[in-house]
Amino acid sequence: MSELIFEKIATILSTKKGIDKESILIESSFEDLGLDSLDAVELISDLEDEFNVTIPNMELQSIKTIQQAVDGLQKAIGS
Amino acid sequence: MNERRVVVTGTGIISAIGNNTHDFWNNLVACNSGIGPFDSVDPALMRFKNGAEVKKFDASTLIEKSDLDLMDRFAQFSVVAAKEAVSQSGIVFTEENGYRSAVICGTSIGGVHAQEQTYIDLYRENKSRVHPLSIPKTMPNGAASNVSMQMGITGPVYTISTACASSNHAIGNAFWLIRNGLCDQALAGGSETPFTYTFLKAWEAIRVVSPDTCRPFSKTRQGMILGEGSGMILLETLENAKKRGAEILAEIVGFGMSSDASHITKPDQKGAERAMKLAMEDAKMNVEQVGYINAHGTGTLVNDTMEVAAIKNVFGNHANELPISSTKSMHGHALGATSSLEAVATIMALKNGILPPTANFEEVDETCNIDVIANASRSKSIKYALSNAFAFGGLNAVLAFKKWEE
Repeated sequence: MSELIFEKIATILSTKKGIDKESILIESSFEDLGLDSLDAVELISDLEDEFNVTIPNMELQSIKTIQQAVDGLQKAIGS
Repeated sequence: MNERRVVVTGTGIISAIGNNTHDFWNNLVACNSGIGPFDSVDPALMRFKNGAEVKKFDASTLIEKSDLDLMDRFAQFSVVAAKEAVSQSGIVFTEENGYRSAVICGTSIGGVHAQEQTYIDLYRENKSRVHPLSIPKTMPNGAASNVSMQMGITGPVYTISTACASSNHAIGNAFWLIRNGLCDQALAGGSETPFTYTFLKAWEAIRVVSPDTCRPFSKTRQGMILGEGSGMILLETLENAKKRGAEILAEIVGFGMSSDASHITKPDQKGAERAMKLAMEDAKMNVEQVGYINAHGTGTLVNDTMEVAAIKNVFGNHANELPISSTKSMHGHALGATSSLEAVATIMALKNGILPPTANFEEVDETCNIDVIANASRSKSIKYALSNAFAFGGLNAVLAFKKWEE
């Protein structure tokens, strides 16, 4: 599941933000990728729609890396 | 020519904690929050369920039906609040002084209820036309224009839209117009009515609204709570106020504004600091004289930490003995109107020697470690106070008020 989520994140970031897919790594922080807090909100909202889940605001605000985004999504899907 | 002094002789309020200044102030002092489940939008459709809505608002006894039909809810709020301010000040607008009078209103979004109805009519009801007054009701200057029409004010009348700083910009502009001799009196403030389905959905999407309540500066804070309302204040020259024998509520002494020019939503501490410093420079006062700050204090993680850091930088050691509070914990964040409500709270604090509290406070956050007047108002006579507003878009506006004395 985590590979699927990662793949989806990479696709969203490359198509919407023009980030080279190769440069998106599981250990990348949003800062490394040049993403700010609004970009993060947009990304998580797209993932919520894609996987039909809800991530609470407070959790969303603590997501600052691709790994944390994958973990957050996985937790939401699992629960 | 000496600079003219500018004083406040009237205030008017529509808010979740009272539809006049008296009730508003009493609820602030008693730490009664107006935050609760909203009923103008179906909460089942929303992630967040609470707001600070204005209840039991009825303008029909105060405004002619034919005039009322021209106004969206936000304009009605402004007109009713302006009438209260004018009535308290005792001023009478005539053909003669009307030219020397101004109306400056802040709003972030204007007549969204009328706009919402056009969407419903077209997209849901599949109608082919919308209400013929949709344009005059939606336009953001609807409040300022209707106030001027109701009062017969024929001088400078305009609207300022700087998101959550709109009303401070409006009041500050009015202050400078009067001080600099461009007019003699003004009605200034703002109004906002954000409870429409589309607009709440937009706030839901940006993920800064709290799922429970607004707890500014508390470690447990989870975001802001939207509010609606209007505050209007009557400003005039000291000379005219004395000539009329009006009761002076407070003096307005400084206005400072700045732009972060950095990020569209994330505040920059340097911009906030500059606006506070400029307001105090404009008032020719020093930091030690400030006895209270009505903080922007939205209850979001980012704002509150940034604001306290900015206050500590600007005020240095004096920050350790400087009480601040966020009254948004009671009247909600009324966006373009919020700083008008906070200006009235600040004026009343100076006049009555009581500092309104920060409600819903639970636990000290190390990043906001400052005297936040938690959960109970405080009797303290102060001479100078600031009211902060820091908006999305990086726009900052700070007002400085002084307790009235000769």
